[in-house]
Amino acid sequence: MKALPWDLQLLNTLAALLLLLSFAMLSQRRIVALVNLLALQGALLFIATLLLAWRTGDINLYLSAGLTLGLKVIFLPWLLHRLIRRLGVYWDTEPLLNITGTMLVGLLVVIFSFGLAQPIAALASTATRNSIGIAVAVILIAFLTMITRRKAMSQVVGFLSMENGLFFGAMSATYGMPMVVELGVALDVLVAMLVLGVFFFQIREQFDSLDLKNFETLKEDQ
Amino acid sequence: MRVFDWIVQLMGIALALAAAPVFLGWVNQCRAWLQNKSAPSILQPYRGIRKLFHKDAVIAQNASRLFRLAPYVVFGAMVTAAAVIPSIATRLPITRAADAIALVGLLATARVFLSLAAMDIGTAFGTLGARREMMVGFLAEPALLVVIFVVSLTSATTALPIIAERLAGQSLVLNPSLAFTAVAFTMVLLAENARIPVDNPATHLELTMIHEALLLEYSARHLALMEWAAALKLFNYACIGFAVFIPWGIATSDAPLGLTLSVMLLGVKLTVAGAGLAFIETVSAKLRVFRAPEFLATAFLLAVLGLLVRLLLGE
Repeated sequence: MKALPWDLQLLNTLAALLLLLSFAMLSQRRIVALVNLLALQGALLFIATLLLAWRTGDINLYLSAGLTLGLKVIFLPWLLHRLIRRLGVYWDTEPLLNITGTMLVGLLVVIFSFGLAQPIAALASTATRNSIGIAVAVILIAFLTMITRRKAMSQVVGFLSMENGLFFGAMSATYGMPMVVELGVALDVLVAMLVLGVFFFQIREQFDSLDLKNFETLKEDQ
Repeated sequence: MRVFDWIVQLMGIALALAAAPVFLGWVNQCRAWLQNKSAPSILQPYRGIRKLFHKDAVIAQNASRLFRLAPYVVFGAMVTAAAVIPSIATRLPITRAADAIALVGLLATARVFLSLAAMDIGTAFGTLGARREMMVGFLAEPALLVVIFVVSLTSATTALPIIAERLAGQSLVLNPSLAFTAVAFTMVLLAENARIPVDNPATHLELTMIHEALLLEYSARHLALMEWAAALKLFNYACIGFAVFIPWGIATSDAPLGLTLSVMLLGVKLTVAGAGLAFIETVSAKLRVFRAPEFLATAFLLAVLGLLVRLLLGE
């Protein structure tokens, strides 16, 4: 059995931890903890990007590592925490499916995405191609988080976690997206977050809560 | 050297029998220290067992033969398990005879007899305890099996001694799947041995108890055997953990020097593990019984994730 170089071992471990954090987010009921988990996921992503940048010597990856640190570890969690405080939403209601059930569905999703990623990984030539499966799994679990939650706040956290997964997928498949695209995506996420922040207040003003089940009935039906 | 092997094997069993109550005492002592209480002696479990052996057994009128038989079956199963687990040496006759799946079966046998005996008297508490024990058991067992499958994949065998040998021979690598399964195993250990997040070992007569409810009708020598078996179970689980996750130092030959070293290292590992266990129990709160399935589902999830990550990332 030939041992991998230590930086690849560390990258694999980080990938596995990212997946674990996705599951932690899937099972978390408290929104504050959910945001902290998101920040932690961003931090892991930052370390992974930095490690990969060091390994490949790619200057663009250093830049996107800095972007990850600034945006996903510091700014967005800070913004979300501020929103939580001002809106006073600390708990999500019980998710649509109970936690154990959601976790089992999550496992199936992981198996599905590992199978899905196998042909892609066979085509890729990067050293980190094995983690593509994990990236796909992180994206789909973030989807699942969005599907099973009722409050707008946790859905947004799920959305941001999905972006983390996409970023990690691009990183492990092709050592990151072109810088222009990456900057564009970062800007998109930032603007979306700011707009959604304003949107939360509008939703609350209209319905007195952030529960999205209010959206399911049309005005005429009431 | 067949005779010598058997002697070592018997010594190993004797060591397990002797060390198990001390290990339990050590965990209790650490826990008392961490909670700022004056600690009972490390030999307290021994004193309890000795006291119980000197008493006359009282048995309910409607107890069947199963009730009298169960302590011996449970104790026997635990002693056999102690012989199967490579705690000090891997090249031993009984240790070589059974693999990890048989070991899980052995532990399940003990659980079934314990639960049947608790229901045998027909008290409400016994039945309640038995039902909860089976609930915890049926959730913990798959998690334990998946943990074993992960290490079996890594070492291409289900025999515990060979797993221990191969993993000890491996160069030190950062292995996320083994890390996940180690956490899963710790959670299973806590649940199976009625430790704090799932059951509180320090209470009697509480509505949330599991292990104590099973033993409520036992007295004297039967209770002593049951208590001893519980201590052995904890010791066995710890030794499974050592054999799978930190196998360094377990003797692979029957040289006396290696064996002595192995016993000493086992002592060190047990000391550290006991302190760690007491620490986990001190910092975590007891879960509601209805949350226990969630706890064990998490253990199962971690183990399966370990398996999947191992399949994906290889190595």
